[in-house]
Amino acid sequence: MDDILIRARGLEKRFEDFVAVDGIDFEVHKGEAFGFLGPNGAGKTSTMRMIGAASPMSGGTMSVLGLDPETEGPRLRARLGVVPQENNLDEELTVKDNLMMYGRYFDLSRAVIKERIDELLDFVQLTEKADAKVNALSGGMKRRVIIARGLINEPDLYILDEPTTGLDPQARHVLWDRLYRLKQRGVTLIITTHYMDEAEQLCDRLVVMDKGKIVAEGSPRSLIETYTPSDVVELRFAVGVLETIHGPIEELSDHTEILADRALVYTNDAEKTIAIVTEGPLEPETVLARRSTLEDVFLRLTGRTLVD
Amino acid sequence: MTTPLALRVVEAEARIYRRTWRGSVFTSFLNPILYLLAMGIGLGSLVDANIPGGLEGVSYVTFLAPGLLVATAMQTGAGEGSWKVMAGIEWQQTWKARLSTPIGIPSLALGHLLWSSIRVFIVSFSFVIVMVAFGVSTPLEAVGALVPAMLVGMAMASVTTAFTARLKQVAGLPMFFRFVVIPMFLFSGVFFPITQLPGWLQPVAYITPVFHGVELARDIALGIDPVVDPMISLTYLMAWIAIGALLIVAPLRRRLTP
Repeated sequence: MDDILIRARGLEKRFEDFVAVDGIDFEVHKGEAFGFLGPNGAGKTSTMRMIGAASPMSGGTMSVLGLDPETEGPRLRARLGVVPQENNLDEELTVKDNLMMYGRYFDLSRAVIKERIDELLDFVQLTEKADAKVNALSGGMKRRVIIARGLINEPDLYILDEPTTGLDPQARHVLWDRLYRLKQRGVTLIITTHYMDEAEQLCDRLVVMDKGKIVAEGSPRSLIETYTPSDVVELRFAVGVLETIHGPIEELSDHTEILADRALVYTNDAEKTIAIVTEGPLEPETVLARRSTLEDVFLRLTGRTLVD
Repeated sequence: MTTPLALRVVEAEARIYRRTWRGSVFTSFLNPILYLLAMGIGLGSLVDANIPGGLEGVSYVTFLAPGLLVATAMQTGAGEGSWKVMAGIEWQQTWKARLSTPIGIPSLALGHLLWSSIRVFIVSFSFVIVMVAFGVSTPLEAVGALVPAMLVGMAMASVTTAFTARLKQVAGLPMFFRFVVIPMFLFSGVFFPITQLPGWLQPVAYITPVFHGVELARDIALGIDPVVDPMISLTYLMAWIAIGALLIVAPLRRRLTP
């Protein structure tokens, strides 16, 4: 049995003269958590919508669960779970009614849906809100209802578009915990995000997208190892100083990035770099050493930060 | 046995309707009562006093009732095709949510039209009950008039949905009601025969589905001879339904699955 659930070759999405997805290749394997990391406008959502048979492909080929999204949309969507970026619950209905209504679109029997509603609300920790109207819930709770809704048909592939965007840190951590459990159960996840910590926490493998293209691919660890030294020393200076000292900063390492508010010095020996900086003439206001992250990978690959 | 996709949409709409049906059924009965009392009895006594033989041979309230039934169906259809659609595709985006399930655009559109027809039926049937209860029509006459009323409601639902699906700005909807729905309500032969209209306005009335529905309803319910051949009116209303339905799919596709 083939364990490749999605195979895309030269996948393209064009809107009139704008190219949203520019000929990308990728494969998603059964049981993995696969991520699309990139800033807004990188083409992540367009890719997800094509995978979910909710948007026609402009070019290339793709098979999802062995089906063609172009011609077998209804059959494919029957086996997918989708968490869209926007909240499209029926605000006037109760949580339970929303899930029942959604389950019935899949033609599941009411008895089966009822059982699953109980399980899923328990899973997303909203059992006590079952009879509450959606418009009375917080943003984080609505998100959890949508997570539960996407699982009502026990999908073979669960696709989440920016699942935690707009949530406060606490609500994000609750969601991550739930998604992590799904992964443990062997559910194949596809996640788009522009948060590097989300990608690091959840994804086994990911592709970094920028301007419709895939610029790197691998596990979060291997991407960091491949594209950046292990550590970063962040230097902050008094207002106006940074612009005047590009030269001396660039001498600290083969790889430095000067951002609007701080300078990043990449190094495999943070202690040594800190020692050089503090003994030298630069006099930064603060010096902070940290491990490299996917954010640094993205910066290295594109020269820009993920969240502007 | 799998449930046809469009029927799954109908079921969802019924589930949503369950939340508001009480208020809506109340309005469906209250509206005809108020209109028949005010126009039929109040205004009607003046009209009847002026026309000894009766308007087209019947009392004003009897003349009015089938017309109002058709006009009410028209307004219900316009309502289902406008605010409801805008909420689904824009405000709440609940129609988008449906499209991540096996439901596709054609079944979404068909399910919506089927449900709109059910809504038109509920409202029109309530009206029929009031007509009979007031002794304005016999049960047979009233039920006969229900058929053209349904056709007009469905024609309006289908064409209005096609219009709303293309609307870029919500402001278009109040304009549509102000400049299309209300004039159609007032000047399509519901309250008076269109021969009373200035000559240049009469052809405009002929274009409206309401005019043809009212003609058919008065023919069936009261035996008043129609100005237009009933087969032509019938075909015309069917054409509205079909053309509207055909024009729904493309804009929804552009909008919901770009």
